[in-house]
Amino acid sequence: MTATANPTYIGARVARKEDPRLITGEGTFTDDVMLQGMAYLTLVRSPHAHARIRRIDTAAAKKEPGVVAVLTGTDLEATGMLPVFITVPSMNGSKHMPIATDKARYAGDAVAAVVADSRDAAKRAADLIAVDYEPLAVVVDASKALEPGAPIVHEELGSNLVFTYPVKGGDVDKAFKDAEVKVSQRIVNQRLIPNAMEPRAVAAKFEAGELTLWSSTQIPHFVQLIVALNLGLGQNKVRVIAPEVGGGFGSKLQVYAEELLVGHLAKTLGRPVKWTEERREGYLATIHGRDHVSDVELAAKKDGTILGLRVRTVANVGAYLQAFAPGIPTILHVFIVPGPYRIPAFDYEMRGAYTNTTPVDAYRGAGRPEAAFLIERIMDRLADEIAMDPAEVRRKNFISKDAFPFNTISGITYDSGDYAPALDRALAMADYKGFEKRRAEAKARGNYRGIGISSYVEICGLAPSKANAALGVGWGGYESARIRVHATGAVQVFTGTSPHGQGHETSWAQIAADALGVSPDDIEVRHGDTFESPGMGVGTFGSRSLAVGGIAVHKAAEKVREKVVQIGAHLLEASPADVVVEGGKVFVKGVPEKAKNFGDISMAAYLANNLPDGMEPGLEATVYYDPPNFTFPFGTHIAEVEIDGETGAVQIVRYSACDDCGRQINPMIVEGQLHGGITQGIGQALYEAAVYDNEGQLLSGSMMEYHVPSAEDVPAFALDNTVTLTNTNPLGVKGIGEAGTIGSTPAAANAVIDALSPLGIKHIDMPLTSEKIWRAIRAAGEGRR
Amino acid sequence: MGHTVTLTVNGTSYTREIEPTLLLVELLRETLSLTGTHVGCDTSQCGACTVLVDGRATKACTMLAVQADGATVITVEGLAKNSEMHPIQRAFAKEHALQCGFCTPGLMITAVDFLERNASPSDAEIRHAIEGNLCRCTGYHNIVNAIRSASAEMRQTAGVRPKVAAEVNR
Repeated sequence: MTATANPTYIGARVARKEDPRLITGEGTFTDDVMLQGMAYLTLVRSPHAHARIRRIDTAAAKKEPGVVAVLTGTDLEATGMLPVFITVPSMNGSKHMPIATDKARYAGDAVAAVVADSRDAAKRAADLIAVDYEPLAVVVDASKALEPGAPIVHEELGSNLVFTYPVKGGDVDKAFKDAEVKVSQRIVNQRLIPNAMEPRAVAAKFEAGELTLWSSTQIPHFVQLIVALNLGLGQNKVRVIAPEVGGGFGSKLQVYAEELLVGHLAKTLGRPVKWTEERREGYLATIHGRDHVSDVELAAKKDGTILGLRVRTVANVGAYLQAFAPGIPTILHVFIVPGPYRIPAFDYEMRGAYTNTTPVDAYRGAGRPEAAFLIERIMDRLADEIAMDPAEVRRKNFISKDAFPFNTISGITYDSGDYAPALDRALAMADYKGFEKRRAEAKARGNYRGIGISSYVEICGLAPSKANAALGVGWGGYESARIRVHATGAVQVFTGTSPHGQGHETSWAQIAADALGVSPDDIEVRHGDTFESPGMGVGTFGSRSLAVGGIAVHKAAEKVREKVVQIGAHLLEASPADVVVEGGKVFVKGVPEKAKNFGDISMAAYLANNLPDGMEPGLEATVYYDPPNFTFPFGTHIAEVEIDGETGAVQIVRYSACDDCGRQINPMIVEGQLHGGITQGIGQALYEAAVYDNEGQLLSGSMMEYHVPSAEDVPAFALDNTVTLTNTNPLGVKGIGEAGTIGSTPAAANAVIDALSPLGIKHIDMPLTSEKIWRAIRAAGEGRR
Repeated sequence: MGHTVTLTVNGTSYTREIEPTLLLVELLRETLSLTGTHVGCDTSQCGACTVLVDGRATKACTMLAVQADGATVITVEGLAKNSEMHPIQRAFAKEHALQCGFCTPGLMITAVDFLERNASPSDAEIRHAIEGNLCRCTGYHNIVNAIRSASAEMRQTAGVRPKVAAEVNR
């Protein structure tokens, strides 16, 4: 009997264990850490996007009252370089110091550091630092950065080309020769700013040779590792704590300069130090996402059958390679571009380019939304070209459910899938059949109404360690869990995952509860402290936590359960095969009245004077789980929009989605992940864009210019799901953290283009703002003059 | 230094000597250690710092502490009474209206002020009322549900339960 045969808590809408402290103001975020004698770090950042640093005069700043230290890059080289964890073939890696020494490569690149008794004193002193810059020619656009004669961001590399990453399968030239229909489109995934609501923050203290560092991070163990290695401390002397973390979305999936600096300064100054990002500073100094320009060509037959896909993309990586940056436009993008479709021939060439802009790395979906947008946009272009229903073009090309496991033309193996039911259910929810009537009614009002479909597949469960190695990822993709049952029966789960809103304290308790036959209320899940964890955790990103970390918890709980059964059988004088563990009791099948309490078993494990021969005392288990494959969730999202005929303003009037993430542990949390993800994806489609001028100045430099969706910008969402288990792991779970973001951007954008299609409009680049739409309507000869 | 302010926060009166440049949110977080009120931006867009000042939802990053002299302030730490949660707190948990929880205090405070002025709001009115509080996790869907759910409970218990916003002088 396995613990999941009759799940009690897995699949239940269990209320979150995290909430009581968060709704009362008792949660501790990093900036809430206040220590005696704390000093405050402020960084001086280059106002120029590209400038040689001739000289830095810190004399006046050092005289400012309250100043503890003023440091430049040459004073801080002891912090070492910032890490890059992924190396793709023939990659030109950049040298990235926490404080620039030779030149500033983007507006926001740090050039000096001030530590003072108060934030105000630090800021006053920072204003007194005089930097003599020699401004250099700037390149912002990634394609221009690859042209001969472009300003070079890293001179020692000789060019701005970071990598060329080709992936091919089948005979694309033949596919295009045989094609009855060809469609092509330049598709732009614009640059976005992640905007986790909590700005980044780092605090540290150094006492008795031990550094304790609090950071708003998704990967505390990587921070611990790099801080220890770079600062010359034993890993056992660096404790990294990710306390409450106020959202991440990839932006906290880094080892940042400020983590090394605050750690180094706390260690060398002998007093606690804290740095808290200001939002406008974060717009410059925290990673951005997306920024791909793709030329996409699709070859097909007149009946809609796809013959081949050719894509050429330039990805803007910004001024430096960040931790996971080389893997986002390559590993997490190129392989998944075929999506849910059977594509016989595929030819993708991805190039990465350095520019004088903020570095780009993972932002929710990280490579997969870019993939879904380009394939789903070109599918609509094909449907338009052959006058076929977009739903039917998709259905015609879906990989059929009996084809799994399916080897894609891009070279990966999808675990399981059944795409048509998700499409059908979404179409029914959206009343797709009744749409044309609604379009006509809107037209009578002077408005344009459109409906947009997006069917997606994504990669989760990152990742099998051997696959990581083959792809150039410089670390394993496992996750760890330790379950400790105390003598009294109190259960603690220690996880290597590092949640920042995903509710692992609740979901992991549900998983452990089913295995241990106790209530989730009796289980405490602890995370985000490298001195409590099993030793190494990989962290929370890429929708990996459940399919890897959750399985580690499940396996550790199964190990503990096995020992509970053995002890129970011994105490009950029965065969282990006859012992039942449920409802906090351990008993022989059919004899529940003669039960031992769960606490009796744990007490026996620690009293240790009446255990089966040869059994070790204690009741705990540690598991490092390495998955055998990725997981591939999927679904279909449908957006319906109405565009004001006079202003071009878009309103999403209906949103329907059917997603399949395998088994759901807590449907309430699954829905929450989808709601938030869909909203972020709608943000990309309609509202958000990081905009630079030609001098490399970020014009969308604050929340006033960058449109994070508000409650009035999005509708209520209708959600449904199908359940197609994966055999990659024993719970059949896949992952849901990014699905909403991946599905929604193409659905919303396709809906807007569909609305405008009667005007002959085939494509408009995102974000689809009212201004752009108004201009497009006018250019098409409609609207009032 | 040299500016003395006296204000009541969550029922306790405080008198402090402060810098004239100190923001109300800094006074709450750093001087009074009430860190449940958060700072999410520097342009008063995000609303994470929202507190009740004399009963009205106010972005505490946009108000000087000296302007709060004589005021009655309620923060997230003051929403529960005698360890009984306010209906908005219960509703946020019940409806899964929070994920990371960073924006949550500001949103609940905005909702409390709103519901005490509009006891039976439509969803559109709720969305309009919280338009100045940004959340990046929830997509607002469950926040709207929570505020609607809290409004129903607050209508039922009106007159019995002390009003958080209205108990102070407007």
